[in-house]
Order: sequence, then C-alpha cells, then structure tokens
Amino acid sequence: MGYPHAPHPRETLVLSKYFGDRDAIGLDGWRKRGGYVALERALGMTPAEIVTIVKDSGLRGRGGAGFPTGLKWSFMKPGDGKPHYLCCNADESEPGTFKDREIMRWTPHALIEGCAIGSYAIGAETCYIYIRGEFTEPLERMEVAVREARAAGVIGPNAMGTGKRVDVWVHKGAGAYICGEETALMNSLEGRRGNPRIKPPFPAVAGVFGQPTTINNVETLAAVPHILNNGADWYKKMARPDNPKSTGTKLWSVCGNIARPGNYEVEMGFPFKDFLYDLCGGPPPGRKFKAVIPGGSSVPIMNMEEAEAALMDYEGMVAKGSMLGSAGCIVIDDAQCMVKQIARLARFYAHESCAQCTQCREGTAWATKIMERIEAGEGTMDDLGTLLEIGENMTGKTICVLSDSCAVPIASGIQKWRDEFEAHIKGKRCPFRTAAAA
Amino acid sequence: MAISKEMGGTHAESHATHGSAEHAHGEPHEPVFVGERRKQLDELLTRYPTKMAALLPALWMLQEDRGWVSEAGMAEVAEVLSLTPAYVKGVVTFYTMYHQHPVGKYFIQVCTTSPCNVCGAEDVVNAFLKHTKCGELGVTSEDGRFTVIEVECLGACGFATPVMINSDFIESVTPEKVPDLISKLT
Repeated sequence: MGYPHAPHPRETLVLSKYFGDRDAIGLDGWRKRGGYVALERALGMTPAEIVTIVKDSGLRGRGGAGFPTGLKWSFMKPGDGKPHYLCCNADESEPGTFKDREIMRWTPHALIEGCAIGSYAIGAETCYIYIRGEFTEPLERMEVAVREARAAGVIGPNAMGTGKRVDVWVHKGAGAYICGEETALMNSLEGRRGNPRIKPPFPAVAGVFGQPTTINNVETLAAVPHILNNGADWYKKMARPDNPKSTGTKLWSVCGNIARPGNYEVEMGFPFKDFLYDLCGGPPPGRKFKAVIPGGSSVPIMNMEEAEAALMDYEGMVAKGSMLGSAGCIVIDDAQCMVKQIARLARFYAHESCAQCTQCREGTAWATKIMERIEAGEGTMDDLGTLLEIGENMTGKTICVLSDSCAVPIASGIQKWRDEFEAHIKGKRCPFRTAAAA
Repeated sequence: MAISKEMGGTHAESHATHGSAEHAHGEPHEPVFVGERRKQLDELLTRYPTKMAALLPALWMLQEDRGWVSEAGMAEVAEVLSLTPAYVKGVVTFYTMYHQHPVGKYFIQVCTTSPCNVCGAEDVVNAFLKHTKCGELGVTSEDGRFTVIEVECLGACGFATPVMINSDFIESVTPEKVPDLISKLT
C-alpha cells in the first residue's frame, strides 16, 4: 500500500506496511493480516521473558530520547503490591513529526496490541493512550478500535480468554505541546495543568496517580508485536554493521520544501543523502536544499554538508551535529529566510512554554521578541550576542527541555547562517522579502 | 490526590447559583451532566482511580454541548467532580482548545508553524481572513459564522497546510482552495 504515495523499493515496510489500506483498520481485517497473534503468544509467556526479548532486540524509544525500551520496562518491579500503569504517548506535537498519526489512522489495532503486550510485560492492568485533542480522526479510529477489541474479548477483564486483565483506554488531550513531555502528560491525565514534574521520583517509582508507570511512544509500542512475531535477532539485524546501538526500522516524517513529503520507513543507518534525494525526490523544481532539521524542531539545524554525510540512526545524527529525536524531518530550501523560520520556531516555544520555570518563560518570550526584531530589520549586532547569552541561560536549567529546545535552533542558526542574520541587521530589512511584499 | 469537596464544595454551589445568571452573556446555564451525559460521565469515572482524572473529558463534553466553556459550566463540572471552580478554571486556562468565550459557528484553525510556514501557510491564513470577512485573527465575523485563528503545529506537516474547521481536519489547503471550502459551510 502506501500513504500518501506508493512505497519506495528501498523502504523496509514493517510498521507502515498497511498505511493507506482501509481493510486493515478494523479488527477482522487486522486479524487477517496476522494481528493479535503476538498478544496471544505474549499472554502465554512470563512478563520477564517478554522484557528479555525486547531488551535483546535493541528497540529504543521512538518519541525522541531513544531510551532502551526493554531496560525501561525492567524498572517496573513485579510484585510490589501497587497498581502499575502504562501510558502510551500519542500527543504527537513536535513540529515536523506526523508518524504516530498515520499509525493510529491506518493500524489502530497494531497500537492496541502493542499497548496490551506492554501492559502485561510491566505488570499493568491499565493502559491509557493519551492522544492530542487536535487529532480528531486518529482519536475516532482509536476509540472505535478499542471498543471493537473490548467487545471481542481481545482486551478487557479476560484478555484473549486467559483470565488476565488488560484495559486500554483512550484519553483526549486539549491542546498543549508540553503534554508530550512524559511527566506533563501524567499531570494532564490526572486532570491537572500540564506542568512537567521534577525528577526524581522517576515515573517507574511514582508516576501517574502516584503509582509505578511506564510511558512509551506510539511507534515504540507498535513495533513490539513485530518483535515478538519475528524474534529479537530479526529486529537486531536491521542496523548498520558497525553500529549495533540503533536497531530496527524507523518511520521518518518528511515535510517542508521537498518534492514528496510524507512518511517513509527505512532501516536504521540508511544514508540521509539517498533518503532526501532518492526516496523523497529532492528539492522542489528550481530550488536547492539549504537546511534540514532532522529530528523534529527541537534538534540542531543541519546545513547540507552535514546532512548529506549523515546516517539515519541515533548515533549517525549525533555524529553530524544533530539528533534523531522524533525523526520529523523539516527541509528548508534556498528561497526561505533562516532568520524568519528560526523566529517562527522561537514563537512556537514561547507559545508552548508552560511558564513554570523562569528561564523558559522569560527566555522563550525574549528570544522571540529579539528574533522577530532582527527579522523586521530593526536588530543590532549586539542582539546576536544577547540571543546566545539568553540561550545559555535557557539550557540545562529548567525542569524539562522545552527551554533548551528553543535555544538550540537559535544557536545553530546564528552559528551556521550568521551571514543571513548580519544581512538583516546591516541592510535593515529582510533580504528575502520582495519589494512588493516589504 | 484529588482536591477534597470540603476545600471548595460550598463555594462551588454558591458560585453555580451566581453563574446561572451568566451575567457576561445573559444566558442561563442548563446543566450538562444529566441523562445520557451523566451516564457517559459515570462510565468514564470507572476508568480512573480518581474523579479528577475525568476533568479533561468532562470539559470536552461541556464544550461539545454548549460550544464553549463558561464560568457556570466550569462550576457545574467542579460540582460533579468534587473540585473547586477555581481549580477547574486553572486547568481550563492551561489548555488552548477550550473556548473561554463563544466563538463563531465555524471555528477555523490554520497551522502556521515552521513546516507549514515554509510552504506558504501565511497566505492560507490571509485567504481565510479575507473570504470569511473576519479581517483579523481571533475576531468573529459579523454574521457570527466564522472565527479564524493561527494554531501551533497540528501534526500533519507533510500535508501543508492542514486546517481544522471545528472537528474536521483538512489536509493540503492552499489559498486557491479556500473560497470553495468556505462556500461549503452553511
């Protein structure tokens, strides 16, 4: 299948195999495609056996941090007499990222199966799938799928007839980027303002409702049934020979100034240059790529020299000065003004700051004002130093990393496109604006 | 830990009485959580270990039924979940999707964050402002039909520019498509 375009021969379709396939959405169709076989097998294993397989597979968190999933699950102590919870983070709101949306739209049962296996593996009887409020269609499809699975006895008080309880519930967010941060998500789920919490205590000790909790991204959980079906070795082999730390397939969302935007699934370690030019079709006609933000808007911006030499896995992106993050790849071409786009990103973070920490509340707001002033042709050379100084005060000093995420693109922008900043300041106007638009 | 009823129960009731006058807009508040809605809420409460966890869903029900989240509506939600109205308002004001005042019949949200911005989202916003006759962001058109706002990343960046009209999610909107989209709204 493929959505919105046919798959490229160099893709490896695991999670995205049924994107665009309407027959895969319902329970019957999903079962015909091998659905819930892994859950049945999982419920016949011990939780520790499942954790071991996931550990061996090398699966790492797909939400941004890349923490090893099996290790995270192993922090949940069995037999502590407390209720355990699994939270599925479906608050996909990192600019550039839209992969979880497609998993939920086309293969909602894949996610439910992953949630059910994950719950059982960590000793939880309840899983909440927290979906951002704007995702009306994924919300609807997940709600329907949960009702179907419950009515068929796949999940519920007697999951697959095993006598084990696995409840999965959909919880709708209400518009807040920060609720994708795991501790903010838990606060929001509890009916509070979505302010991130100070760690420790870590969620595995005291998470949602004060109980041991694991939070996993949609894509992470959706990968688990495939790992159980095909084995850890199968998953582990999808990696660069010289880098066993990143394994499996990865969904990449591609957007911005590129010929074929959309989601692509490739094995870890795929060459970024081939990806951008071959799979995604290169820049729009008559344009050239100028910059790539490879992992969602919170990671350092790459110039093309860096991007074209990068390999698409956790370590490969770090080696070229950025991060894999949520693999939401924003491509910017030579017709775009970097100052304007970085100012727009800063405005995003200022809007989304929960305002709990001073460095973030003040820093994102002032950085935005200064960036917009420069973009309007009213900046001074001193502003560049001020921005970097504000950025330093915003980094590593707050409860969560939203503040850092605002500072990152500004710092990499000034470092790599200083000429564009200076042209705005010296020319007292944006050089990219046409006379008519100015 | 849920805020106990004792912390604000009395206040909640008195506030609800005041709120029913709804002085800002002159409309009395008809209770939302009766009949079918009450059943839905009760079912929802079985999913969570605390009543407070049903706050966001309860506010969604209120907004779906009334079009926005009024002070009196918040007081009712506080009452049914044993919270204080002040607490509920604190939560409402954190999230962007709860309308704290009435909006147009069609609430139009256009994504303008960077991935859409580089694909011309600002032109889409301007087309909506022009063709709805709203003129300005956040201002409801004179006929009460439209409110247009810019929204931060809708999470459909590969389909620039995504637009939400109420709960309809529309992909790949260009300025040229705007007049047709609006003409379909009655």
